[in-house]
Amino acid sequence: MLVSVLNGFSIGFLLFILAVGLSLVFGMMDVLNLAHGALFLVGAYLGAAFSGAGWGGFLAALGLAAVAGLVAGGILSLMTEPLRRRSHLDQALLTLGVAFVVAELLYTVFSDDPLSVLAPPGLDGSVSVLGAVYPTYRLALIGVGSVLAVVVYVVVERTRVGALVRATVADREMVSALGVDNRLVKAAVFAVGSLLATTAGVLGGPIYGARPGLDAYVLILALVVVVIGGLGSVRGALLGALIIGQVDTLGRVLLQGVEGAASFILFASLAVVLVLRPQGLFGGPVGMSR
Amino acid sequence: MTAVRAPTAPGGVPAPVTRVARGRAGIVAVAVLVVLAAAPLFLAPFATTTLTRILVFALFAVSLDLLVGVTGLPSLGHAGYFGAGAYAAGWVSINVTAEAPVPLLAGLAVGAVAAAATGWVTVRSQGVFFLMLTLAIGETLQQVADSWESVTGGANGLTGVPAVRLAGAPLANIGFLYWYVLVFGVVGFAAVALVARSPFGAALRGIRDNEPRMRALGYSTSLYKYAVFVVAGGVAGLAGSLLVAQQRLVSPADLGFTTASFALLAVIIGGAGSLWGACLGAALVIVIRDALDLGGNGTLVLGIVFVLVVYLLPRGVAGLLPRGGRVSAPRRRRASAPPWRKGST
Amino acid sequence: MAEGVDVSVLRCAGLSRSFGALKAVDGVDLTVAPGARHALIGPNGAGKSTMFSLVTGTMRADAGTVALAGRDVTAMSEVRRCRLGMSQTLQHASLFASMTAAETVAVALQRHDGSTISFLPRRQTAVRERAEELLADVGLAGRGAVVAGSLAHGERKQLEVALALACRPTLLLLDEPAAGMSPAERARLVELLGGLPAGVTVLFVEHDLDLVFALADAVTVLHLGRVLLSGSPDEVRASDAVREAYLGTGHREELFGS
Ligand SMILES: Nc1ncnc2c1ncn2[C@@H]1O[C@H](COP(=O)(O)OP(=O)(O)OP(=O)(O)O)[C@@H](O)[C@H]1O
Ligand SMILES: [Mg+2]
Repeated sequence: MLVSVLNGFSIGFLLFILAVGLSLVFGMMDVLNLAHGALFLVGAYLGAAFSGAGWGGFLAALGLAAVAGLVAGGILSLMTEPLRRRSHLDQALLTLGVAFVVAELLYTVFSDDPLSVLAPPGLDGSVSVLGAVYPTYRLALIGVGSVLAVVVYVVVERTRVGALVRATVADREMVSALGVDNRLVKAAVFAVGSLLATTAGVLGGPIYGARPGLDAYVLILALVVVVIGGLGSVRGALLGALIIGQVDTLGRVLLQGVEGAASFILFASLAVVLVLRPQGLFGGPVGMSR
Repeated sequence: MTAVRAPTAPGGVPAPVTRVARGRAGIVAVAVLVVLAAAPLFLAPFATTTLTRILVFALFAVSLDLLVGVTGLPSLGHAGYFGAGAYAAGWVSINVTAEAPVPLLAGLAVGAVAAAATGWVTVRSQGVFFLMLTLAIGETLQQVADSWESVTGGANGLTGVPAVRLAGAPLANIGFLYWYVLVFGVVGFAAVALVARSPFGAALRGIRDNEPRMRALGYSTSLYKYAVFVVAGGVAGLAGSLLVAQQRLVSPADLGFTTASFALLAVIIGGAGSLWGACLGAALVIVIRDALDLGGNGTLVLGIVFVLVVYLLPRGVAGLLPRGGRVSAPRRRRASAPPWRKGST
Repeated sequence: MAEGVDVSVLRCAGLSRSFGALKAVDGVDLTVAPGARHALIGPNGAGKSTMFSLVTGTMRADAGTVALAGRDVTAMSEVRRCRLGMSQTLQHASLFASMTAAETVAVALQRHDGSTISFLPRRQTAVRERAEELLADVGLAGRGAVVAGSLAHGERKQLEVALALACRPTLLLLDEPAAGMSPAERARLVELLGGLPAGVTVLFVEHDLDLVFALADAVTVLHLGRVLLSGSPDEVRASDAVREAYLGTGHREELFGS
């Protein structure tokens, strides 16, 4: 039970790092970035490439992933720019195409076979937590994840830059009327959001490995988090991620014996939230028609 | 909010459906059917099989177009119902009977039931939210297929599906199988085309163009969206049963994200709302994915095609003609305001 | 207030709606008698359009009740209210980009002609004929085949009226139906509304007071979300308070001009 709760937290924090960028880009610019899962996959494969190379390798993977994320975010922001005047659907479809291209290139480079990723030395063992044996890496992930969560939260909610981001989420026209180039804001948020996604990929490597189809899987988890938490809300993303982390792991434990049932839990929690609170738990209204 | 934003042309544009045009379209349709029916007599077996796959995927894409193009509901989870139908048809063929039309009906029913069971969550949403929710549903269904081993065969898929039987005789011949798929593909296509042209279809187009206004006119739009979701799920299930008749196995990938995306790509290539366009798009997708020898890079090429189509063909192939199909519409106009920013509760 | 049988077609009591701190509609009581041509007037931002949304159910009221022909419809959806005989035109024409004028009207007609909506193609001869009739009534004869998006501004407003009439309303709500119409089109509209059967009650918003006084047999003046005055056209014309409300917000020309 304790193990399950801890697992829930580690997955939850990982999901938060992944989902917060998606949420902000969507909340700010109405661009649903379906390439977000592919960015995670980039990080995961980078982690796999450096797997077993000790701390140096792990940190190199993190650094490369961060750079790749920043660049990818900038490119995505540029690519969606010409579609500004078209429907949001077109922008989503564009990112979907990009997702396929990125994922396929990764499979070409790294082969189609699932790769596993080793945790960096010192974190690859287990420790005893209140009598239960628990992987050290996951514990470390909870620590790193919560620190990152706090950092993102403070930046978005407490700094001037964050205030600009939040203002753009609330009223884009207003902010651009104040003379701020919101293309720049968009590019910056896109870049940082993508950086967080690729970083999450490296961090999640020892848990999920790197394999074809992982991009779609994490993308959906992130979307569920965003829908449940509400759009463009950092707090919503955090709570949504922690909830989904718990629900997912707990559900898998409780429904272990029942074939096919565990996968319904995500859908069920999404359905419950949407029926009770169509606008998500925290954010403003999310496009439900009433 | 004004939904009508097209520039005001003085004098206006008269609607171009004339009896002559309709007659010509009828002749073209008959010619296409004749060519399709005669195809296996001239084609090599591999080409016939590819054409069979195209027909299956075209019916699937057409069912999706009923949602995307006609009703304005972009779904990324539609493969879930396609796959559900395929599994149902396969399972029935193995465990009950492979005698037509039992697998077909099983696929149709299970596709519709799966859509009915999951669709109620999605119909209150629109636009990219609909996209997100359907994506989650599709992924859920795929995971069910992946883990419900006793019925679906798990990750290996459902194998050993017997050939469809027609009046007791198995349809082992590639040409006969092709005709079987052609006949029911045409039936499915006709059903969708009829629905799109019915009063119900007119209501769906109204919902696509301006959902709030349809509510103000007394239409319970959620109900209509639910109904079309179930119909589309049923047709997708029918397509799924044709899929299993052709490939004799079903794997979780058949109801996954990639399959759903390619169907959406087929619809977009063809021009959302144009049913024949969706068929052309499906042909292109299948040819790139299966038929051309691209050294395993089919998906990569399709990803690039996706990006190019979004930039270069905003209204699809149908948009290249002087006017698209009657059902098509300026789907790509920018919404006057994001739906979720419209007047609050 | 009169007790006993409620003979009004529409009775609103204490209707309120705020947007943040702004009380757009603030405790409005409004009674519309059967067969009335009732005008709702007031300066810009008085809350007229919001009031309409509350009556039709497009927006939920924060407080208050709406009764249609004595039946409380406050909890009912917009769809139900429309089915019970309310229909409206919107201040800013809101049509269907891909449909022709005739198809637009037909979509409304097929919902309200008592038949069920078919999943198979239908000839709908009656619907098509009735659509042509309605289009001719509002001045769009021969324009049925034009795509709604290509109609001129005034024509779209005319189409809005046809669309509202297609719903077979017992209570017709028109939000500035004549705005953007030419004088000839206006005259036709007055004639059309004047010629509606007495079974159709009309509540309309209009800034052109000539048109109001030509058509209305009752007038309610809204100001800052509240009812300033409700009475006969003559009472309103004579009222200093009404004059004040308009003058105070600089709309002199609208009340006394043209
Ligand atoms: N959806 C909304 N959100 C916020 N404020 C609104 C909204 N709709 C209306 N308002 C405000 O409520 C007030 C009343 O608006 P309303 O449109 O009802 O006025 P009106 O009497 O119809 O004016 P007009 O003559 O200009 O049409 C205005 O101040 C308007 O800005
Ligand atoms: Mg108004």
